[in-house]
Amino acid sequence: MMADTVLTVRSPSQETSRVPWILRLLWRDKFAFAGAVFLLVVLFAAIFGPALLGKQAVTMNLLARNAPPLSLDKGWLFVLGGDPLGRSLLARLVVGTQNTMAIAALTVTMALTVGCLFGLLAGYVGGIFSAIIMRISDILMSFPSLLLALIVLYVLQPHLATVVFVLAITRVPLYLRTIRAEVLEVRERVFVTAARVLGTSPLRIVFRHILPVVAPTLITIATLDVAFVMLSESGLSFLGLGMQAPDITWGLMIASGQNYLKTAWWLSFWPGLAITLTTMSLNLVANWLRIVADPAQRWRLETKGMAND
Amino acid sequence: MTEKPPLLDVQNLSVDFRTRGGLVRAVVDVSWSVSPGETLAILGESGSGKSVSASAVLGLIDTPPGIFRSGKILFDGEDLLKATRDRRRELNGSQMAMIFQDTLAALNPVYPVGWQIAETFLAHGKTRKEAMSGALELLQRVGIPDPDTRYFDYPHQFSGGQRQRVMIAMAIAMRPEVLIADEPTSALDVTVQAEILTLLKDLQRETGMALVLITHDLGIVTDVADKVIVMYQGSIVERGDVGEVFGNPQHPYTRQLLAAVPGRLGFRHQENVKEEPILSVKGLCKDYHLSSGLFSRSTSVLRAVNNVSFDLRRGETLGVIGESGSGKSSLVRTLLGLEEITAGSIAHHGRDLASMSRKDMQRMRRQVQVVFQDPTASLNPRMSVRQIIAEAWIVHPDTLPKPDWNGRIEELLLDVGLKPEHADRYPHQFSGGQRQRIAIARALALKPQLIICDEAVSALDVSIQAQIIALLRRLQKEHGLSYLFVAHDLGVVRDFADRVLVMYRGEVVEQGTTEAIYQNPSHDYTQRLLSASTFATQSGLPVVGAAVK
Repeated sequence: MMADTVLTVRSPSQETSRVPWILRLLWRDKFAFAGAVFLLVVLFAAIFGPALLGKQAVTMNLLARNAPPLSLDKGWLFVLGGDPLGRSLLARLVVGTQNTMAIAALTVTMALTVGCLFGLLAGYVGGIFSAIIMRISDILMSFPSLLLALIVLYVLQPHLATVVFVLAITRVPLYLRTIRAEVLEVRERVFVTAARVLGTSPLRIVFRHILPVVAPTLITIATLDVAFVMLSESGLSFLGLGMQAPDITWGLMIASGQNYLKTAWWLSFWPGLAITLTTMSLNLVANWLRIVADPAQRWRLETKGMAND
Repeated sequence: MTEKPPLLDVQNLSVDFRTRGGLVRAVVDVSWSVSPGETLAILGESGSGKSVSASAVLGLIDTPPGIFRSGKILFDGEDLLKATRDRRRELNGSQMAMIFQDTLAALNPVYPVGWQIAETFLAHGKTRKEAMSGALELLQRVGIPDPDTRYFDYPHQFSGGQRQRVMIAMAIAMRPEVLIADEPTSALDVTVQAEILTLLKDLQRETGMALVLITHDLGIVTDVADKVIVMYQGSIVERGDVGEVFGNPQHPYTRQLLAAVPGRLGFRHQENVKEEPILSVKGLCKDYHLSSGLFSRSTSVLRAVNNVSFDLRRGETLGVIGESGSGKSSLVRTLLGLEEITAGSIAHHGRDLASMSRKDMQRMRRQVQVVFQDPTASLNPRMSVRQIIAEAWIVHPDTLPKPDWNGRIEELLLDVGLKPEHADRYPHQFSGGQRQRIAIARALALKPQLIICDEAVSALDVSIQAQIIALLRRLQKEHGLSYLFVAHDLGVVRDFADRVLVMYRGEVVEQGTTEAIYQNPSHDYTQRLLSASTFATQSGLPVVGAAVK
């Protein structure tokens, strides 16, 4: 019997507690573990960065204008180099984390929530309701997003909230369409019919039976989207429509460094690296999360490295 | 027939597969041979390794993950396992051919079928013109009507039986000496199945080819095979002439298999059937509107269920038999309230479903539960068994207080033959038969009066099938359940149902007690259905307590 061979796999409820169990699973995937550690560092910087290094990020040291990185001559603050006004790149990077992460996280969460909600509705309810939602999404998709941002941000003041709003609107159709397509497939599966026969309310079917099945797709898109949003934000900033100096974001740092690419590449390099590493960490953790969330895949982590435990 | 030297001779073949769970011994020391004009059946249930040796003959086993431990496959004296790839390609198709169960998957959807048959000729060096005329001839031979126009049709435009005919045409194109058929009729209706088997036998007679039939169906074996080997867990447990093996089975597994074959017991006589109908259906019709596009107003109407009336009484099992497209599934969906009724009425305990309020409908749902065909699809892969069963009490909060849930789950699992510790596992950790038990436990959670079994045992192996039927029987006795038992397997219905409805093209053509229908079918279609089915009593399998034919 197939079931007998898997008897050894432990299930969460048998564990004494959930937290050590999750941590053990995370430790089994070393890449995801490294990713999680990096994300914790980013989170720390986002919360405490402005309080710790806020002053240093705006202090100018004229001797350190475009100072090259990896030297301690100008003090530890300039280990990553200095910007054209002689401000510490390290401090600006750390302080910029808050705005960058706030924009990325808020935008993706907003787009995800709205897109997911309407996608589930359009997929499950169908009919005229679905048609209306889909046509609106088509319009949003075919409308040049930069032009949309231009109009909205021209009318409203460029500010964190408005930037998030504009970016989120342009990302909603992506989630909406993906989710709807998945829901259309999943709702025809027999276990959904089984739930309907049981008398399960549509709301419960959508959130309890369909959403967990489409969640892996959602997680994957969302993590990839975080990087995209960070870069879009820098695009808006470059056009003078996103966050504006004296506010600091990674995207803004990349944009302002581009004039000096030939003479001082590090101006754009460090924030670029920060974006890349953050995205990569998110992807690694998301991949791990996808496996943990799937009962049929979880054994990969549960059995991995059993011998060395 | 056995005097001829064997054409294909498999000797002491052992094949292993490397899997994530370690090395799996797929077949161990398997030997069989087949001579020209002879039919060999390889009988076994899923996981018995019945397909492995045949796949090895055609070189369809990839190494790795497969490992050939030992053995030879001699074709006309030549060891195929030592042959070069080119040599095998030359033999495949021209000397040896294979047909598969899933015809929709085996035919390429983007090419016309005629073109695909002609391809076989082209691959073996015929001219385009010869290929086309050859393909037309073959389509004619395998019984595709109007081959000149159908030559240019695509696979999806053919029915399942016709697609299998096309597959056979492709396989016999080069007049192979060995034809291997892997469950060729398992996906087909009984009447179509009989036609395909007759076609295969006719072709064998014409060409004198050897036929290797891989199947799980004992009825097919008795109908068409000369010799049979019975496989169990990778080994051959019994071999010999069909009459010999089935007349006097030696191995316990063969005996168990024969005992599990449905349709050989006496008819059921239920004592505890009450007169009061649980469900009474009158003149039920269900139409589907087929629209061709978003803006086209003209729609054609398909009547899936036409004027169906019946009563289902308390404690009885009502069998519904019919082939694909007969409206069985549409009937089930309307009864479950998943589809709107076009005309007619369904009354539950004398109350019309259409006039029910939401609340009453919810109450009705508790009384009527369902078990679907595919237990893999009908259980949410992301929910544990506990969550799947408890779902019923979340949806109907007043049925069972939360503190009692764990106890009741334990009780239900024991009731369906599982263990209490299974509650925290997920569906993928169970075998097919166990999953169906979980689905039954879910159906029982609300203590229903009626369970609709929609092909509930069709996807299971014969021996598992027998276990599930035994379980359903026991539950019926203990809980006074009624069943609406929808199936295409006439043998299972014969064993299990008290009364039978026969559906054909959306209509009930005949209904009555099981005994009356099976002994004296009055409608034309019922007679055809019964004579085509291969279940035991029809085909000379030994009947328990009766003399061997």
